[in-house]
Amino acid sequence: MREDRPPPPPSRGGAYSPPPPDQVLENVLEHVLQFLTFRRDRNAAALVCRSWHRAEALTRSELFIGNCYAVAPRRAMERFRRATAVTIKGKPRFADFNLMPPDWGANFTPWVTSMAQCYRALEKLCLKRMFVTDEDLELLASFPSFRELVLICCDGFGTSGLAVVASKCRKLRVLDLIEDEVTDDEIDWISCFPEGETCLESLIFDCVECPIYFEALERLVARSPSLKKLKLNRYVSIVQLYRLMIRAPQLTHLGTGSFSPSEIVAQGDQEPDYSSAFDACRSLVCLSGFREIVPDYLPAIYPVCANLTSLNFYGEACFLCLQVLDTVRDAGLQAVGATCKDLRELRVFPIDAREDSEAPVSDVGLLAISEGCRKLQSILYFCQRMTNAAVIAMSENCPELVVFRLCIMGRHLPDHVTREPMDEGFGAIVKNCKKLTRLATSGLLTDRAFSYIGQYGKLVRTLSVAFAGDSDTGLKYVLEGCPRLQKLEIRDSPFGDSALRSGLYRYYNMRFLWMSSCRLTRRGCKEIAQQMPHLVVEMINGEEEEVKEDYVDTLYMYRSLDGPRADAPSFVTIL
Amino acid sequence: MEVCRKTANGLDGTELRLGLPGGGLEGDVVKNSAANGKRGFEEIVDFKLKFSPKGTCTNYMDQSDEKVVKISPKDKKFLPCSNDPPKPPSKAQVVGWPPVRSFRKNILAVQKSSDEEREKKIGSNNPVFVKVSVDGAPYLRKVDLKMYKSYQELSGALGNMFRFFTMGNCGSQGMKDFMNESKLMDLLSGSDYVPTYEDKDGDWMLVGDVPWEMFVHSCKRLRIMKGKEAIGLAPRAMEKCKNRT
Repeated sequence: MREDRPPPPPSRGGAYSPPPPDQVLENVLEHVLQFLTFRRDRNAAALVCRSWHRAEALTRSELFIGNCYAVAPRRAMERFRRATAVTIKGKPRFADFNLMPPDWGANFTPWVTSMAQCYRALEKLCLKRMFVTDEDLELLASFPSFRELVLICCDGFGTSGLAVVASKCRKLRVLDLIEDEVTDDEIDWISCFPEGETCLESLIFDCVECPIYFEALERLVARSPSLKKLKLNRYVSIVQLYRLMIRAPQLTHLGTGSFSPSEIVAQGDQEPDYSSAFDACRSLVCLSGFREIVPDYLPAIYPVCANLTSLNFYGEACFLCLQVLDTVRDAGLQAVGATCKDLRELRVFPIDAREDSEAPVSDVGLLAISEGCRKLQSILYFCQRMTNAAVIAMSENCPELVVFRLCIMGRHLPDHVTREPMDEGFGAIVKNCKKLTRLATSGLLTDRAFSYIGQYGKLVRTLSVAFAGDSDTGLKYVLEGCPRLQKLEIRDSPFGDSALRSGLYRYYNMRFLWMSSCRLTRRGCKEIAQQMPHLVVEMINGEEEEVKEDYVDTLYMYRSLDGPRADAPSFVTIL
Repeated sequence: MEVCRKTANGLDGTELRLGLPGGGLEGDVVKNSAANGKRGFEEIVDFKLKFSPKGTCTNYMDQSDEKVVKISPKDKKFLPCSNDPPKPPSKAQVVGWPPVRSFRKNILAVQKSSDEEREKKIGSNNPVFVKVSVDGAPYLRKVDLKMYKSYQELSGALGNMFRFFTMGNCGSQGMKDFMNESKLMDLLSGSDYVPTYEDKDGDWMLVGDVPWEMFVHSCKRLRIMKGKEAIGLAPRAMEKCKNRT
């Protein structure tokens, strides 16, 4: 239906008349544009001219909203009338670390309300850091074609909402709950899936901290022949896991729940043959979980490890992505470096996430990884000790790096060998890793580090800074450099109004700027707000007090097509 | 080697993640097995390579040389730069650092309200959410009692939500009916469903028992029972009424 195109001229004398040339062109254009999938390409196409804008809008099936407050739901949906898959992101990332009070916003309700009118044919929805209520889920469940729900770092709903989705979405294929906060409404939502065969392909609920009725889960798995991904929560014991695995040997992704026996195992019962259960799952490529590991059971996964990885005999590594705890120690990382030659992504988390804990990984491990895993693209590394030399080595050994996130947990820690700031290390990363798009810094950094980042970080889109820099100059380097910067989040760094002003020309081209516990004043923020009418400038108070005269607690600002939001809570002041 | 597509949480198709009890890091992590004498990661995977695990780097920083600053959680001012003399090594924890997602995001988790928290909430303009369950309905609802000023309004809202439940007469006449024992019995045996609530003391009471404001203060959760089951509550309701007058 071409509702926004002028009607074709009337045909003459009843004979067939071919469509006018520009309409032919538009038809062709629409057919061609169907093949454009990358969002950025589509955005570029939409800027060519009006008819391209129109055609692109009608052919866009996946709608991505990077900031739920950047555009009103209605406006987005009226432009892209035919979208069937929507992704919306809400709160800024630092909200994950308790840097933002609750009830800040990012409510899904206005979106789902508009969708109920404009996107009845919606099939897929992905929400990240949004506040979603049970009522929202209920409304979503009423969309007849809805089949994929992915919720990441969301909260506001409970097992009641899950129950409605399970029972009403007849075509549900994917229900992925990833790191959400789900309240326990004492509803057995697993039992709410309808009887008979389901279309389920993925069921991820490891974050749901509520007991489940296992028999219902077992029956569900048994009647879901398409199920490939299953990630269980910690209320599933190893015995129960076994029962599930023998029912679903076709699984490719398995999250194993607690991986320990529940207390109810009777004495003298024959222990199930875990090894053969794992062995039967020939297609497993992803294994996660092990929440309460009882090591006696670990040998069971050896057969699967052979499929997952060849961290072993033959030197080929199928591991592309590895997430470990730092208890592997530098030695473990050396082993990884020696064997996982194809590793693309590595995340090393701290078992003890405090600043002054003993960290068993350090520059030694990082160096080993860099020497072994030359194809590394993404790294997240928590440690207590680091050297510039190791970071420089990584920049030289791993030129494919796209994401480099180093967290030296002690604030302001210099190179532990030379006692120098970590400037040169991070400088080398931006200089040598030409594909770098995401960078997170830590350790002792002077303004020089930021001069490197500004100068060499040509493709950097996301930058996270904490406890770094000497003066406004540091931030100015970044705002005057880094041509592709989109998301900038800064905490506890000595950047003030003058630095903020230096970025004035570019804030419309960024998704957001977050600055907390810096040296911004209310007056400085107000200046920005006055000069940039399409920027929403939020001052967020950590404690619910009067606005203090000195520095602003948190500045969160973002561009918006539809002005300041109407749902800001009392602790948010929009300038 | 094929490159697997990234999934929604950014992880490739071929991954190994080892989990932590209750761990909610940006992934899962393994319990510190070394501490309890259980096997560590390097023993899980079958290394055929010979290497001797090197000791951890001994060249680590002397505690006293660390440039650390004692930060109180409320101190949000700018932190000193490298020119400052080193401070003593004791570190108070700073909010949100290191940037590891906590398993329970304490601030954002829906907390079980203690009485003081409830009082605080009721005093301010914060919403007072209570769960509403209806016998026979598959799922619970939550209502904000602060949105309503009378039993009538609440009845209307719940009626909309559940559509098959009636609260009968409410408002002052309804309350009087509830206080009249014989009329109460009529009401209970007549209607299909009866609203009850659990009060602060843990007792199950009939809704309409007490003045609205007192109800908002004391109601912890609502349950819409089948009429027959609620009959047993009536005498207790009468007792409490008499004690209050």
